[in-house]
Amino acid sequence: MPVYYSSIIDEHLTVRNSVGVFDVSHMGEIFITGKNALDFIQMITTNDASKLTVGKVQYSAMCYEDGGIVDDLLVYRLDNGFMLVVNASNKDKDYEWMLKNKIDDVNIEDKSDDYSLLAVQGPRSADVLNNIVDFNLSELKYYTYKMGKIVGIDAIISRTGYTGELGYEIYFLGDESIAQKVWDAIFENGIDYNIKPIGLGARDSLRLEMGYCLYGNDIDQSTNPLEAGLGWITKLQKENFIGKDSISKIKEKGLSRKLLGFELLDKGIPRHGYEIYVDDRKIGYVTSGMQSPSLNKAIGLGYFEYDSVNKNSIFEIDVRGKRLKARLTDVPFVKK
Amino acid sequence: MTFPVDLKYTKDHEWLRVENNIGIIGITDYAQSELGDIVFVDINKNLSDIKKGETFGTIEAVKTVSDLFSPVSGKIIEINSDLESNAEVINKDPYGNGWIIKIEILDVSEINELLDAEAYKALIGQ
Repeated sequence: MPVYYSSIIDEHLTVRNSVGVFDVSHMGEIFITGKNALDFIQMITTNDASKLTVGKVQYSAMCYEDGGIVDDLLVYRLDNGFMLVVNASNKDKDYEWMLKNKIDDVNIEDKSDDYSLLAVQGPRSADVLNNIVDFNLSELKYYTYKMGKIVGIDAIISRTGYTGELGYEIYFLGDESIAQKVWDAIFENGIDYNIKPIGLGARDSLRLEMGYCLYGNDIDQSTNPLEAGLGWITKLQKENFIGKDSISKIKEKGLSRKLLGFELLDKGIPRHGYEIYVDDRKIGYVTSGMQSPSLNKAIGLGYFEYDSVNKNSIFEIDVRGKRLKARLTDVPFVKK
Repeated sequence: MTFPVDLKYTKDHEWLRVENNIGIIGITDYAQSELGDIVFVDINKNLSDIKKGETFGTIEAVKTVSDLFSPVSGKIIEINSDLESNAEVINKDPYGNGWIIKIEILDVSEINELLDAEAYKALIGQ
């Protein structure tokens, strides 16, 4: 997947206004089956997978014992187990982590190399796909999926995505010629909507406008889900999961920092790693930042020392030696 | 991608057009395409005299940021003010309306140390 095909801004606006296609086949698909599959999922993920019925999808995370994040992922409830969709850069690490924590009567299969994954995203995505999918996509609610066919090829079609737009993620098996057939059919049906392939650059800018975390930028082994704003997928009332004790203690003690959204008031662009100051005191650092193509202003996410700023505060970002003024803003940056 | 033969180039991907002893400076077609959508150009307004190879500003694209280096020594006499509201013109017209600064060249012999179009094309593998 290239950073861009035509231009990041053009691709970004194509997804916001019409429809675009991401080839995210590099993502990892790990299948969990066996009698104790649910118990295993409950142990390794922070969200409550017992709530899932067949056809549902859940956003979740895996944590280390100390509460640091192994990865964020999607959990699909299949009729014979679960499919876990993990970040490409983490898939080997995740698979090892699962094997290390495996319990009896659980099978763990990494099928990442067997599956293609195309994400069709944007307000016209259903219009494009309805001609080539064998069921009516309007039946599909957000964070649900159906086993169906796309141009006659068996696929898991789910209403999920990383853009904040109406969109679908399509998983299917087969060699490159199968993937090409699906890709071509999508583009043929998208001509009227000026459909375009979308690169990694716009994938990042679209998710950041929604305030979605990116592993490696906003979350990693050194951050816990509570400070990252992922408390809503961290079910501390669940009987047990790896990291629960540490995260419960962190919650009891109070957070030391929090991931917040901000906008620059001066002209410039905040980027990963830039430091945040109130007067001469460093209070945090930027984890993600860019010029928002939808809003035409510089936005970012960063970790702020707890209670160091409030919504009326003006603080400063050190942009390559220059202090630029900034203030907190609501996340998502772009309201949908 | 084009690389006009009447320009001189640096290995840092700036170009220099010489008119009498005035040098016009911008970034190459290759540089703009590598950076992608350019959203903001920040020229150090406190600088007046600048040395060859010195940073005179930064160029911010959606995905990345890059320093701007002066191909020759001299005095900055003009900054392209259109870039303030319309930095993407560098993507569209890197050798024309996308020029960045003009400088009064201090030592014309420095011009000979720069790359010609052929040498620059070889550098970037074109």
